[in-house]
Amino acid sequence: MDLPILGDIKRSSEKLYVHNCLICLGNANPQGPDWCHTFAPANICLVHTGMFLSVNVQVDIYERLPVPFGLVRFGVAPDHPEVKNVINTFTQTAQHARCSFHGNVRVGKDVTVEELQEAYHAVVLSYGAEGNRTMGVPGEDLAGVYSAKDFVGWYNGLPRNSELRPDLSCETAVILGQGNVALDVARILLSPVDILKKTDITQHALDALAESSVRRVLIVGRRGPLQVACTIKELREMVNLPGTRPEMEASEFEGIAETLKSLARPRKRLTELLLKAAIETPGEEELERRNRAERAWGFRFLRKPLEVLPSTDLIRAAGIRLAVNRLEGDGEGVRAVATGEVEDVECGLVISSIGYKSLLIDPAVPFDARKAIIPNTMGRVQQTAGLYCSGWVKRGPTGVIATTMNDSFDTARTLLQDIGKGTLDVSTVKPGSQGVSTLLEKRGVKPVSFSDWEKIDSEETRRGEIKGKPREKMLDVGEMLQVARA
Amino acid sequence: MSVASASIQFFTRLLRYRTKCAVPFHAASRILISPYLPQVFGGNKVLLGTCAQPLRSEEKVTVYFINRDGRKITTSSAKGDSLLDLVVEQNLDIEGFGACEGTLACSTCHVILDQKVYNQLGPITDEENDMLDLAFGLTDTSRLGCQVCLSRDLEGITVRVPDRVNDMRRSDDAGPTL
Repeated sequence: MDLPILGDIKRSSEKLYVHNCLICLGNANPQGPDWCHTFAPANICLVHTGMFLSVNVQVDIYERLPVPFGLVRFGVAPDHPEVKNVINTFTQTAQHARCSFHGNVRVGKDVTVEELQEAYHAVVLSYGAEGNRTMGVPGEDLAGVYSAKDFVGWYNGLPRNSELRPDLSCETAVILGQGNVALDVARILLSPVDILKKTDITQHALDALAESSVRRVLIVGRRGPLQVACTIKELREMVNLPGTRPEMEASEFEGIAETLKSLARPRKRLTELLLKAAIETPGEEELERRNRAERAWGFRFLRKPLEVLPSTDLIRAAGIRLAVNRLEGDGEGVRAVATGEVEDVECGLVISSIGYKSLLIDPAVPFDARKAIIPNTMGRVQQTAGLYCSGWVKRGPTGVIATTMNDSFDTARTLLQDIGKGTLDVSTVKPGSQGVSTLLEKRGVKPVSFSDWEKIDSEETRRGEIKGKPREKMLDVGEMLQVARA
Repeated sequence: MSVASASIQFFTRLLRYRTKCAVPFHAASRILISPYLPQVFGGNKVLLGTCAQPLRSEEKVTVYFINRDGRKITTSSAKGDSLLDLVVEQNLDIEGFGACEGTLACSTCHVILDQKVYNQLGPITDEENDMLDLAFGLTDTSRLGCQVCLSRDLEGITVRVPDRVNDMRRSDDAGPTL
């Protein structure tokens, strides 16, 4: 691990002692992959710090919900359990003697960032992106229109989405956006229930999907096939999805095959697979499989939402009006430009998957409302000593777990460098969690510890086992707290 | 190794897999088979944890890792299946290696091999290639460590752990993002 500052410290004759250096990592929010970057700094601080410095670093983690792990629990699709293996690493970190978890604490409400800064030498904000970008079109508030964030939260058991009750009684669903989240939603809508029922998908979602009439899912993007934002693993899963067939317009792929040889490997392989699914004549076996398939999915390109069209009673979505685009420019500079043409698609379910968005949680924290991130330089929050940020709230809401994990390691390195250089003053004694506990007690807030979470974890696992699922998630914070305190 | 013998070795391993009902990874991992894996055998079909012939305890294989800081780590397998198993069992200090615990759901065990060693190994499945696509600094001799099985043929190899970067997107279009 390259940390030049630590190299200097090692060469000097004295070891660096930093007593009672307390770092607090703030508010792992359910809508960001915060847990990985909350823990990665914890991990790096605990493990690597221990190796190079004689440092007594204590890391406290504050999380709004009683349960940890953020998007790894609430964002990763139920049929991607291997992606959640990283929870084992997080659990190891959390169980470290110098790490403590404080769930059920809302930073910005139960305790302010300023109060945390008084109690700790450093505060790292890694609360992710709990909002979403809106389409900003008429009809967005009609019944049957959801953000992907809420839809995913619904099938993944996020408490605030437990009452979503999406109406799945229509035949066609339109998803705006073509990233991995859009594909997750499409896949969950079309997967055979026999497969879903063995996952940790919530029971109410399973029941709703078992009754679903949705037979066709369109995944719509503003630009063309070469700009599609999903990754190949997720596309392959759609292509191989049992009981479904791809249905796409060959005309939307004109000229694409000719570009293949100039593409970088990841884009090339992805585009090849897309072309294969969209326009290649299938072999006999595949043709038969497609003919038997009762459900269909497809990408539609060069389409931008203009309006969600209401039903005759004006209550729910009955269709979507799309502007037809064409592409201008090339390479990285490709832009979608309206042609003036318009197309209406009949549908009863509209899910917008056009991006998450970070929100301001505490007025004392600088926030760039335009980019929706905390302004920072390499994780150091601008104009605020002792305040750091990592993950989506630092760089914007894109990237897989590994991306965000690496970003967290970078923030942790920055923080350790600041300690090493003396830029971060750790010489004063700080009260840490004891100081914060006093405030929380006065305010009637009772934190949930990691071992309290383990009780919730056991109970969810126990309930899941009865049904042949890895777990049955609790949907109600009150119930979580009850089990935690038992 | 000729294409024919490589194919034979590959298909022999596939057949051995068929009869196994579970594949051990390392202590912390779980065995997870995605419901979407094609059931047909042969060619580019996925198998998770492809080490069908784990080394017996007396067959130690020495492997040299070049870590991201340029430092060389010499290690030999006590009982090892894949390079990832080796890193985990020997508790090597390689940051963020093997986040998904060998289930082809990430690219954090990305390693770079010598051309000769790379050629020795069996064909790469679509699923491994799909994950390699997300790795930073991908080369023509890159593999995922969880899919590289240790054998006596790999005695004394050097494995380079490439740098990571915090953003896989680059201006020359490294591909999709989330």
